[in-house]
This record gives sequence, structure tokens and C-alpha cells, in this order.
Amino acid sequence: MPAVLVLVERTGGAVRKPTLEMLTLARRIGEPVALVLGAADDTTVATLAEYGAGTVYVVDAPEFADYLVVPHAEAVTEVARQVQPAAVLVTSSADGKEVAARVAVALESGIITDATDLQPGPDGVLVTQSVFSGTWLADSAVTAGTPVITVRPNSATPEAAPTQASVEPVEVGFSDLARSARVTGTTAKQSTGRPDLTDAAIVVAGGRGMGSAEAFALVERVADALGGAVAASRAATDMGWYGHEFQVGQTGKTVAPQLYLAGGVSGAIQHRAGMQGSKTIVAVNKDPKAPIFEIADFGVVGDVHTVLPALAEELEKR
Amino acid sequence: MKIVVLVKYVPEPTATWRYADDLTLDRAAVEGRLSELDEYAVEQALQLTEKGLDAEIVYLTMGPAKAVEGLRKALSMGGTSAVHVLDDALHGSDAVATSLVLAAALSTVGFDLVITGMASTDAEMSVVPAMVAARLGIPQVTWAATLAVDGQTVRIRRDSDTGSQDVEAALPALVSVTDQTGEARYPSFKGIMAGKKKPVQVLTLADVGLQADAVGTAAAKSAVRSASPRPPRQAGTVVVDEGDGAAKIVEFLAAARFV
Repeated sequence: MPAVLVLVERTGGAVRKPTLEMLTLARRIGEPVALVLGAADDTTVATLAEYGAGTVYVVDAPEFADYLVVPHAEAVTEVARQVQPAAVLVTSSADGKEVAARVAVALESGIITDATDLQPGPDGVLVTQSVFSGTWLADSAVTAGTPVITVRPNSATPEAAPTQASVEPVEVGFSDLARSARVTGTTAKQSTGRPDLTDAAIVVAGGRGMGSAEAFALVERVADALGGAVAASRAATDMGWYGHEFQVGQTGKTVAPQLYLAGGVSGAIQHRAGMQGSKTIVAVNKDPKAPIFEIADFGVVGDVHTVLPALAEELEKR
Repeated sequence: MKIVVLVKYVPEPTATWRYADDLTLDRAAVEGRLSELDEYAVEQALQLTEKGLDAEIVYLTMGPAKAVEGLRKALSMGGTSAVHVLDDALHGSDAVATSLVLAAALSTVGFDLVITGMASTDAEMSVVPAMVAARLGIPQVTWAATLAVDGQTVRIRRDSDTGSQDVEAALPALVSVTDQTGEARYPSFKGIMAGKKKPVQVLTLADVGLQADAVGTAAAKSAVRSASPRPPRQAGTVVVDEGDGAAKIVEFLAAARFV
């Protein structure tokens, strides 16, 4: 079986869930091998091995922290040239897509982004995408070179497949271009202690109907009762009620959790573009005509300031 | 200095989109508009010159004949002129070929700074800016929430889940901007009238030094094998809160095994 190269993502030293999802999907089309950019400690290697990576390639270089995207793309390209995989899988994040983009150009290959499913197909990997704001499903294939595929978080349930992993350090000589976009400063955000928004199985979102920054404490309370992540609509983040990094929608994040619970969110098309892949949608809004009710599996027409606290209380009891 | 802003004419988001028989997006079937996310790129180019940068602003697009409307919209907001790469051979081009054409057009037209949006609002891939930068061998400084040009250096701040980064690069460079850079202006009536008179240069594939076999459906490195409309989400149960709304939600969540 051919190798499938999976680019590893970590947060706070831990391998992120979308990486485990990709390793799981990789097993459908070949033997997963993982690529770590940065130092790989024993825990990282053990996790990757647990989810089926037979080899863990490691490129450890300061360039990854000091420069944007290009060193990462050059490292992936170099390892892909050595490994000759059946596909390269990268998480569909902002940086992930740009790394994948540059790898595709370097390998003269096709690229498919935002895959929600992978299957072996008659002429290579068949990739499912949800397109046109979720109104169509397309099955596509790369027809030239090594398929470069970015995979949406929450596309698969990670399945352990323990194996022995050998660690292979790889040296990469970076081009001058790799050192051309320099990171001159970094500000770290406080971790919320909640799941990452794009990875979370449950998302509780607040919109303009929440009315204030203070009211988002209600959204947080429901999220915590469900063990979920918090999100906000653009209207709410533009008002400064919640951080922009929590915005779901066309100019924010696209999420596809098992449960999306929206309070005070009208459901404008730009917001829907970011969440209509959610498996189950619950909405609370005082406007019975809010478009969100057209896509909600369950809706309550009511005031979020009474319904959400009551909901939090009920959930906290259980 | 020459700033070139890459823009795309996309199907109107509120219209119903579908695949044509050749499994490409049927662009002819619906009205189009300048991609909303590209308006932020236009706005940032205009703000740079309004803050004192001595630069001409040129809008560049690749698209069918109708795509000129996107250029006219950009020109109505401000800027100097536009370039439209128009060629029948381009139909069915994938992102890889699109980046090849745009890079070739940029080399033909010349530039100091390329500004793009963060993604198109039709394919939403977010890959073309990085590909164009790679092909031109220029720094890519992407997902900017703030943008400044200081002499021959471009500086941005970009935000992510984990925090912010300040990034800088020497010109010539490519920058992509997000909506965080600030609201895009509405064109004034005067701007719309002036925009209609600004020059739009049409370039064919040959004009940018490319052959037909490098682009279009036949050259595409990926293909849609099949597509089907997704059944629209059905509206589920909607109840009016009479003090029991929360309890009903919990009932629903329990039945669906979320609690």
C-alpha cells in the first residue's frame, strides 16, 4: 500500500484532533506517515503511532517560527518528493491551505480543498466536498501529480490503530524566499480552557440578539455545561462583544460540529456559510422569521436572556 | 509605485448556483458581482494612497466577458485603471492554472505590491494568493488585519486563534487582507461615473505569454467526477417559549443523545 503523508498540527504541544482525523482517513487510501515541523517529543510520536502513523518524519528548524508559510511548504515538498505518497493531507486552516497551495505548485499537482470525506476511487482518491455554501456535494479527484488535499476538521471520528512508528529526521535546505516574510512579533492569547472552535463537537454561538458583551457570559455558561466551544456571529464580533477569532461565517471560521446551538443569531447567508455543515442545529431567537429557523432542527422563539440561563441551569443539573 | 489588486467576479451569493453539464460552476446562469472579500483589498489599496503613498492602483481580473463589471465596480471606488485577461481557452481553469495566468499577467503589467482578498466567495479555496506569490518568487504576507507600507517594506498584523503576529517583508510582495482591515467604501455617484471612463485593458492568453494548453478544462489538474444538489435542510420543530423553551431544548438534546 502506498504511503499517505499527513502534516501534523499541534497546540500546546499536543497533536490536534484534525490531525488524528486525517490519519484515520489516510488509512482508507494507504499507509499513513506523519510529518512534524518542529521538535517531535516522545508524546507526539506516541500519539501519532497510536493513530496509525508507521513513520514520523521530523523537520526541526527555527525557520518555522520565524517566517510565514514558505518554510513549511518547502519542508512538506521535500518530504513528499522523498516519500512519493499517494496523497498529501493538510488541515483546512488558513495557513494549512497556503502550505498545501505552494506544495501543489512545487509538485505540479492538483489540489482539492475542504474535503469532508476521502475514499479510494477508480482513478485515485475520490474527495467529497460540500460546495456552493453547502447547497451541493461534489466528488472530485486530482488528475495530475501527487494529490494535495486539505481536509476539513470534523470530517471523521479519529480511530486508534496502534502501530510501531520509526522516527526519521529530515534536513531541508530552505530557499531565500522562505525567509522573506519575517515574523517580527508575536502576541499569545490566553487559552480559554474550552475546546478549539474548529475541532469542537459542540459549538454554542451568540449573535446580535445577545445584546451585549456581558450577555455572552450566558453563551459561555451553556457551552461549559455542554463541554463545547463558544462562537459568535460577525454582528457580535463587530460590536466588540466577543473576540474575532471566535467568529463563525464567511469571513471567519467554518465549523461542522455535531451540535451547533445558536442564541440570538439571525442566520444571515454569510453566517450560514460557516456552519450549515453542522449535523444538528438548535436555535433560539425572538424573531419567528429569523432565517436560522429554516435550517434549525429544533428552534425556540423566545428571549435568549431568559431561555439561555434556564437552559444552562437544566444542563448543569444533569 | 504600482499597486495591483487582484479581483474576481463571482456569482451573486443570494442566487441559486448549480453545476453546468461540464461539471464546472455555471457562471452564465446567474448574475454576478465583485467578490465581497475583494472589496477589502480594493479599500486597502485606496487607503494606502490616501495616507500618502504615491502609487497608481490597477485592478486585475481573469474571467469571462461579464467579469469587466467587477473591474468597473472596483474602479468606481477609486483607482487608476484595470486589466482583464479574457480568453475562451480559460474556461474550466482550476486554481493552479488561474494562478499561472494571474502571475503571467502580473509580470506583463508590472507591480510593486499585489493586494488580494483572503478567499474568493465562490470556490472559497484561499489558495490563489499563495500560488501567485510562489510563481512570482515574491514574499507572501497573508491574512492581514492591518496593512502599512513604509518605504520599501510592507508590514502587517495577522490574527489567529492563538494570538497575533506582526510580519514584514520587502517589496515587491503580495499581501492578502481580511475583513478586519476595515469596512470597504460605497462608491459615490461621481465615482461610478468616473469609473466608467477609466481605461480597462483586455489581454489574451497570448498577450501574457501563455499557450491554450496550459489552461482551461483540459489542463485542469483536478476534476469534479459527479455532483448533486444537497437536499436543503428542512426546518425542524419550532416552538414558542412559554417558560418551557429551555426544557424542550433539553428534551430534544436528550433524544439526540447530546446529554
